[in-house]
Amino acid sequence: MAIVADLRIRSSRRTEAVLLVVAVVLVVSAYMLVGVGATGGLPPNVYVLGLGTVVAATGAHLALRRWASAADPVILPVTLALNGLGLAMIYRLDLAHADTASPTSFAPRQLAWTVISMSVAIAIVALLRDHRLMRRFTYTAMAVGLGLLLLPLVPGLGVERRGAHLWIDVAGLSLQPAELAKIALAVFFAGYLVANRHSLALAGPRVLGLRFPRARDLGPLLLAWIASLAVLVYQRDLGTSLLFFGLFLAMVYVATARLSWVLLGCGLFVAGAIVAGMVFSHVADRYDIWLHALDPEVYARSPGGSEQLVRGLFGLASGGLFGTGLGEGMPSQVPFAESDFIVSSLGEELGLVGLSAILCLYVILVQRALRTSLGLRDGFGKLLAAGLGFSMALQVFVVVGGVTRVIPLTGLTTPFLAYGGSSLLSNWVIIALLIRISDGARRVEVFDR
Amino acid sequence: MSQLSLALVRLGFLILLWSLVLMAIAVLRADIYGTRVTRRGRGLAPGNHERKGTAVAPSRLSTGIKGAKASAAAPRQLHLAVTEGPLEGTAIPLGESPISIGRAPTSTLVIDDDYCSARHARVYREGDTWWIEDLGSTNGTFIDDARLYDPIEAKPGIRIRLGATELEVRE
Repeated sequence: MAIVADLRIRSSRRTEAVLLVVAVVLVVSAYMLVGVGATGGLPPNVYVLGLGTVVAATGAHLALRRWASAADPVILPVTLALNGLGLAMIYRLDLAHADTASPTSFAPRQLAWTVISMSVAIAIVALLRDHRLMRRFTYTAMAVGLGLLLLPLVPGLGVERRGAHLWIDVAGLSLQPAELAKIALAVFFAGYLVANRHSLALAGPRVLGLRFPRARDLGPLLLAWIASLAVLVYQRDLGTSLLFFGLFLAMVYVATARLSWVLLGCGLFVAGAIVAGMVFSHVADRYDIWLHALDPEVYARSPGGSEQLVRGLFGLASGGLFGTGLGEGMPSQVPFAESDFIVSSLGEELGLVGLSAILCLYVILVQRALRTSLGLRDGFGKLLAAGLGFSMALQVFVVVGGVTRVIPLTGLTTPFLAYGGSSLLSNWVIIALLIRISDGARRVEVFDR
Repeated sequence: MSQLSLALVRLGFLILLWSLVLMAIAVLRADIYGTRVTRRGRGLAPGNHERKGTAVAPSRLSTGIKGAKASAAAPRQLHLAVTEGPLEGTAIPLGESPISIGRAPTSTLVIDDDYCSARHARVYREGDTWWIEDLGSTNGTFIDDARLYDPIEAKPGIRIRLGATELEVRE
């Protein structure tokens, strides 16, 4: 672990305003292009939505000026751009479905969730004055996190969809509690590790130049492994399982700087995943789709065939380098193009060039989280910022890797882009926490001016 | 709209997307080139402090970061630098507000060390002078190996030890 010495930054709200203007122009022009490409004219409510975007950006900007004036200038514009691009693409898919037998109205709902999520994020920044206060709720966060994770298994509440038990139905709303559990568990891991990292880091035998942990310190690692395997087996979702175990390993590594933990953890996970693939047929199906996606019999198998994945690949291929242009491709040919496969929809219409830019935006967000972590002066905040940043990076990797056949396809959502209220809400909460933490990390320098 | 102008608009959108990315990266450039990163666990030899301190300033100036602005405006700008212990490499400028040091998570400088008290010491300002005060810590605060009972003035070069951490006041 390295620590960055005194850094002097000018108050960055003006930089943020400039970046926000670019982000707003980007989002509004994406919306206009979608209308022009898909229907030949501007969307009917373009002025209302354009004004709404400007109001949202201005509101968030003023809130940061008021409550987090030292916060990082890049986080908010990048997030806004990603969220807006996702909305434009979801609207584009609504337009494509409008002529078919089953028209959809995803975009208005996603817009409503965006408004709710941004309001919640601003409320968090306004009410949570110091991220260190969260350390008091370390074990509460653990209970909440595990509870949320297990909620879809409660009979009557949980719903099975496409073979995965990830959703709950509350009053007609369908939620994915694992998304919120991610934040609670990151808080717990940070609070737990900052208190116990010395026994995890310093004790244990040395083998081949690596210091391995003592057997009795392995408890938490084994617990996390068992919990993530339980998610894999009972909720039938490789992505969530991978996300939680990866989050835990990354935070242990940040806390102890011991490579042996990562090696042990990866070994355990790979062993667990291989055994699960041999024992459970739904896991084996996923591996089969991944490895033999283009075999005719795997493609035609239903359910559990590779049709969705392969159609997504065809979409990416027809996009080529520069894409078909917004509103001019056929992304609605892919099932669940608005949620699981939004990456391939964007890849088809914006091409490799556009998709790379979107991935760069994620890289920038993650870099800001890790940079915030480096600049902090308290261990809890360091671990929390690094954990939140890493969880976002891992989630993007798992989704994009799944869609592009680098790893088996899983049921995670693309942060900010994909259709889904709980995912949007929890990712905006993460952004609010990062803004609050980065404000704390950079505040000393601002006092100094 | 003609096919050509549509193609141009599409291209323009991609350029706009990338310009957001590149502008964000331009803002981050200061981060990548403008700071000094100290590796943990590789202690600075005591004699090296001054030499390293002076070597850093010009290199930061040469990157175009406005780092020297504050020291030019206020020549008596003091820093509290951590020279040993878990937070080694951190430096806190002594500005307007007092600095609390200890294990309590609400401290300005949170020291994760069993030999530190929750509220161990503080550095505060009275008029134009800065003072170091021990807050009744269990294991004591030491100034150049002498235990601190009454507040003393924080002059540049003074070494403060608490638990496994050593701090130095620097100009």
